[in-house]
Amino acid sequence: MTAQRQGAEALVLGVGNILWADEGFGVRCAEAFAATYDLPQGVTVVDGGTQGLALVNDLAQARRVVIFDAVDFDAAPGELIIARGDEVPRFVAGKKVSLHQNSMMEILAVAELMADGAPDAITLVGCQPAELEDYGGGLTPVVSAQIGPAIEAAASEIDRWGLPVRRRASVQPFPDSLMPKEVARAAYEMGRPGADDACRIGDERVLARLTAAEAAD
Amino acid sequence: MAMQTPNGFTLDDGGRRVVVDPITRIEGHLRIEVNVDDANVIRNAVSTGTMWRGLEVILKGRDPRDAWAFTQRICGVCTGTHALTSVRAVEDALGIDIPENANSIRNLMQLALQVHDHIVHFYHLHALDWVDVVSSLSADPKATSELAQSISSWPLSSPGYFRDLQNKLKKFVDSGQLGLFRNAYWGHPAYKLPPEANLMAVAHYLEALDFQKEIKKIHTVFGGKNPHPNWLVGGVPSPINIEDVGAVGAVNIERLNLVKSIIDQSIEFTEKVYLPDLLAIASFYKEWTYGGGLSSKSVLSYGDIPEHANDYSGDNLLLPRGAIIDGNLNEVYDVDQRNPEEIQEFVAHSWYSYDDEAIGLHPWDGVTDPNYVLGPNAKGSKAHIEELDENAKYSWIKSPRWKGNAMEVGPLARYIIGYARGIPEFKEPTEAALRHLDLPVEALFSTLGRTAARGLECQWAAEKMLYFYNKLIANIKAGDVTTANIQKWEPKSWPKSSKGVGFTEAPRGALGHWVRIEDGKIDNYQCVVPTTWNAGPRDTEGNIGAYEASLLDTPMADPEQPLEILRTIHSFDPCLACSTHVMTKDGDDLAAVKVR
Repeated sequence: MTAQRQGAEALVLGVGNILWADEGFGVRCAEAFAATYDLPQGVTVVDGGTQGLALVNDLAQARRVVIFDAVDFDAAPGELIIARGDEVPRFVAGKKVSLHQNSMMEILAVAELMADGAPDAITLVGCQPAELEDYGGGLTPVVSAQIGPAIEAAASEIDRWGLPVRRRASVQPFPDSLMPKEVARAAYEMGRPGADDACRIGDERVLARLTAAEAAD
Repeated sequence: MAMQTPNGFTLDDGGRRVVVDPITRIEGHLRIEVNVDDANVIRNAVSTGTMWRGLEVILKGRDPRDAWAFTQRICGVCTGTHALTSVRAVEDALGIDIPENANSIRNLMQLALQVHDHIVHFYHLHALDWVDVVSSLSADPKATSELAQSISSWPLSSPGYFRDLQNKLKKFVDSGQLGLFRNAYWGHPAYKLPPEANLMAVAHYLEALDFQKEIKKIHTVFGGKNPHPNWLVGGVPSPINIEDVGAVGAVNIERLNLVKSIIDQSIEFTEKVYLPDLLAIASFYKEWTYGGGLSSKSVLSYGDIPEHANDYSGDNLLLPRGAIIDGNLNEVYDVDQRNPEEIQEFVAHSWYSYDDEAIGLHPWDGVTDPNYVLGPNAKGSKAHIEELDENAKYSWIKSPRWKGNAMEVGPLARYIIGYARGIPEFKEPTEAALRHLDLPVEALFSTLGRTAARGLECQWAAEKMLYFYNKLIANIKAGDVTTANIQKWEPKSWPKSSKGVGFTEAPRGALGHWVRIEDGKIDNYQCVVPTTWNAGPRDTEGNIGAYEASLLDTPMADPEQPLEILRTIHSFDPCLACSTHVMTKDGDDLAAVKVR
């Protein structure tokens, strides 16, 4: 069924917007994964950001796929969610307002339409976000704490697929080919301007919560 | 109650209110509310950005040489154009000139992005407003083949090809658990194409996706990687070494030959697939003349694609710069992004406060101070708005104005300006397309005009890639392989205080970044993005922006299924903060519609 797939033996794809707090979970996992493990030939790590449909070709070509992503599964914030095969949701929406509203679900569906079938294996390693509306923020502690378990889960998954993944003796800088150093997690989070310098809030619900808190005081 | 806006539109907020909100569990980005009269014709339109994203909160205090890497994360589709705008702004502030080769390579990357974005927009967002995927399942493959061959010499057009595709599509639609292409308005009476045209378009939907893997390689070659290619203040990051070998490292002859073959494919795909499809689809919708927005009145382009390096004056820009106001095509004004009297942002109807909200602020002096309040006529609560009060503050988007005028930006604006300036490479293809469809020039000022201009511009951009490729090769052959100027790389060579502006024409319109640098760090960074121009709310005077104007007087077949609204809004290629990729367990609807 996947005879046409001639890309990576395993594609490890981190998606999300690093500028929006826990939305960056998937990309930060990809970053940590590349820094922590020695990967066999054919295993490719991609920082997919919010590239949307531009990721569809890699997905349609890969024989096996691991996706790191912030997921809304109605779980407790910081809960790790692992879904395999048909448990990974996918559908195509025709009603979105912007091209930039493409969900990973849609991209997976389109990739399967292009490849005329699903990959041999697909695993979603997700985390329920705690905070999405802190623009310019990093990961919250509960979500950050799941990066270690998430990349271990991904490594053992790929191992199970017969592609040996080995933890390095020490964490190494991830390759330049993954991400510019300027937006690596430490540089991004430590270089953040202070709240006094640059207002961090803005989303209506955040502001509404603040207003409610003020009223309560 | 009916009222007149200063920029010439009649609004009536009586009748029924229709709310289209792309909310999933995380708050959406763009929401449209309209009032329809007894005949379901739109008489009032309200466009609101529901999410705030001030870039200054991320960049303040950071190294200006790094700003591009952050700005390319604003949005997943416009990555390159934000990065290019950012390096131009910083170079302008610090007085850094780039080498001629860097200019050619940046133009190649920007043009490749235009081609990529326009094709993906047309086939993967906008076409589904005109093409009924479900109807394509009942097409006759042989008749589809005849149709395809009658409009183009594109080789993928045999009856067998369309039959295979149809079977593949059926399999997916039947597979239930995917529910592929669910959540659309299939069968809506506003769809007019015969099943065969629908099937042909679906085939090209897939071919376009396949083609994008090629066009992306131009960014990989010159930016070192993709996604998220590298950029550099002072030039481009990849050195040129013609003798080098392999796919990584310097740009060598093998890589350049690859670029050339992709340019050739881009020209062919645009000429043989995109444009014939566009004209064929348009021919079924000629009576759908709605959606003109501000295009017949006021349009703006900053211009882009400098012929020579470091000259951003209008005469040196191949995508034309200019402003037209009040529909007077006989006069095209020049535009100066530095002049504090020209580009200003107003917040009278935006959720921010200024000391004096009667005036607008130039982006160098931009202030972003949130002030979230609802008007007295809003319904619902602050945390869950049922209906906005557009007479008060109602959007997180500011209202940018050019000399006080609301302006439309984007491919149609660029083509109207090129047309008004009488530039043959814009005027002639426009006239040819109108002749082909037997339409008058006024037909340009519409949703379809916007869609057509994008297609024509895709062809222009593909051909200009070839131009800059040849220019780059000629320069290399003449012995110049310089791609970066690092004379002012070190902050100690910079002035204590400086300010700069960078601009581009992003696929969806005029994009500007304004930066202030103090003691080697970013002190203020303001982006005015194309969708701010088009989707922004009303201003102090009550002038409405392009989105709101474009929806007026459009008849809706069924307000519960607002296909007509999506059609027109999509024609602008909207871009708000794009991050709604979060997976949900059950695949919530991406657009909720409420009619009251």
